Amino acid sequence: MNANAGDAKAGGVSLVRIGGADTVTLQFTGDWVHGAVLAKPVGAVLAELDTGQKPRRALLQTHDLAEWDSRLPTYLLGIVDWCQREGVEVDVSGLPEGVRGLLKLARSVPERSGVRRSAEGAPLLAEVGKWVLGGLKDTKGLVYFIGEAILAGVALLRGKARFRSVDMALCIQEAGPSALAIVTLISLLVGLILAFVGAVQLSMFGAQIYIADLVGLGTVREMGALMTAVIISGRTGAAYAAQLGTMNVNSEIDALKTMGISPMEFLVLPRMLALVLMMPLLALYADLMGIVGGALVTVSAFDVSLVQYYNETRRAVHLHDFGIGLGKSLVFAVLIATAGCMRGMQCGRSASAVGDAATAAVVNSIVYIVVADSLITLICNRLGI
Amino acid sequence: MAYGDFVIQRDLSFTVSRGDVFIIMGGSGCGKSTLLKHLIGLQKPVKGEVFYDATDFWRADLEERVLVMRRSGVLYQSGALFSSLTLSENIALPLAEFTRLGRSEIQGIVSYKLALVGLAGFEDYYPAEISGGMQKRAGLARAMALDPEILFFDEPSAGLDPVSARLLDDLIINLRDTLGTTIVVVTHELASIFAIGNNSVFLDADSKTMLATGDPKQLLAESADPKIIQFLTRGEGNADTHTPKEAKP
Repeated sequence: MNANAGDAKAGGVSLVRIGGADTVTLQFTGDWVHGAVLAKPVGAVLAELDTGQKPRRALLQTHDLAEWDSRLPTYLLGIVDWCQREGVEVDVSGLPEGVRGLLKLARSVPERSGVRRSAEGAPLLAEVGKWVLGGLKDTKGLVYFIGEAILAGVALLRGKARFRSVDMALCIQEAGPSALAIVTLISLLVGLILAFVGAVQLSMFGAQIYIADLVGLGTVREMGALMTAVIISGRTGAAYAAQLGTMNVNSEIDALKTMGISPMEFLVLPRMLALVLMMPLLALYADLMGIVGGALVTVSAFDVSLVQYYNETRRAVHLHDFGIGLGKSLVFAVLIATAGCMRGMQCGRSASAVGDAATAAVVNSIVYIVVADSLITLICNRLGI
Repeated sequence: MAYGDFVIQRDLSFTVSRGDVFIIMGGSGCGKSTLLKHLIGLQKPVKGEVFYDATDFWRADLEERVLVMRRSGVLYQSGALFSSLTLSENIALPLAEFTRLGRSEIQGIVSYKLALVGLAGFEDYYPAEISGGMQKRAGLARAMALDPEILFFDEPSAGLDPVSARLLDDLIINLRDTLGTTIVVVTHELASIFAIGNNSVFLDADSKTMLATGDPKQLLAESADPKIIQFLTRGEGNADTHTPKEAKP
């Protein structure tokens, strides 16, 4: 069927005007298949019909028509529709039976009024308006979600929340222990990097010992919690959004609702709790790994003994520094879980919507994390802790 | 019923009696599924009330609504089984959440319900491991887990082969006859409509309202509305009441 353009007979159309240009005959010949070369695009034929005196009658017929597929009826429909708009009478009796049938079928159900979406771009102002309204809707969704999450939390405190401990255990496993390997790697490397960055400056003054201060404080107060949060938002936050989004696509969330089980309690609560429980532990572990990374560099390359490094770290890092780091990781956990679960619960009903939800979950949580981190750091700085 | 400003259906009023097999029918896009969402509590209608006995469903508070929802079961078009749980866990979920039954007793009920829908032995399969028709039947087993007073079906025979569809119809009638379950079915499957329905509402997309309510067989025999006759006879209708739209080209 799909002949090469070379050996396909070209699909031809000729216009003949008879009887004082009152009647125009359109004759179709040759191959009208997807691979064929057409002599004239439909626009050219319409333009030709339009020039000079407009005909009153159009006769469509075929002569020596070889193979044809959807290309012919599409072409014909273009002409027929034009004729109808221009008030030209169309005679299709010269067409093969099959073509006539298809033309009739294609126009048998009239277009429903108001269903066609306009393809032309809206004016800039309308686009801006839409964008603002979309933003408002998003904000409303966020407020709504937070409200529901708080209600679920209250139900939990009253011991009335309904979720399965198996799910909770699974979420904890997913959010915590499963992430250990990647957290180890990243925190170790970040500790290493911090040590190198500090070492370049400090060794100029022979003050290599202060690398321990820099790495210790930097990791415990800042990088441990931050890097863990970034890892977890990409790992667990995205997974939450994708899981809940898929459940939404599959009507599983509807099924829960109609069963009388609140999806907020049953699905969102265990996930949030798991993250809130696991994040501080992961951050603590990341702190340790970061310090180990720093020690590796300092001890091996900058002439500081392990004991000196250890003692300097102990002197520099206080308990309240850990407190700040852990506090941050708690805040980050809530932010990641909120972004992930919210995007999943509000996911649309298509495969691409699930992808969008996962992307949005990660992007949102990283933005929230960085903003929250700067705010907390600023506050701590002002308070002098 | 509307999405935003786009009205789908207006002025609907009908009653489903206890023990009815009630059919919600109409052409595609007329709002059958949306009406179902209003009935099962997934979407609040823009205007109007849904009564369960004396409870005004959408004005009741959440706890009361949940109580009503627990008395009903829903079979979704896709089955909507929880994909991370096995069939047995799926069916056990409502039992474990809402009853005080022991583990072994729940297992007994699960096996019994699966056997009812012809899936005995599939307890430990995951939804992704069984066919679409089986998922649907498992979904029915889950919907029936708590012996609901009302069962809602969203296009139960869509995607089923004719024999399975027939078996499902038989099962529906059986449930009604033995347990007295009230059944509400959204469908446009004519064979099912006549085989099981004893009451119905007919929604129309063009006039955006209901055209009739009553026993579908009676509607076919007595209705004068060409749209209903056309629908109930697959468009073959009586020549005098039904004139096909003239094709333009």
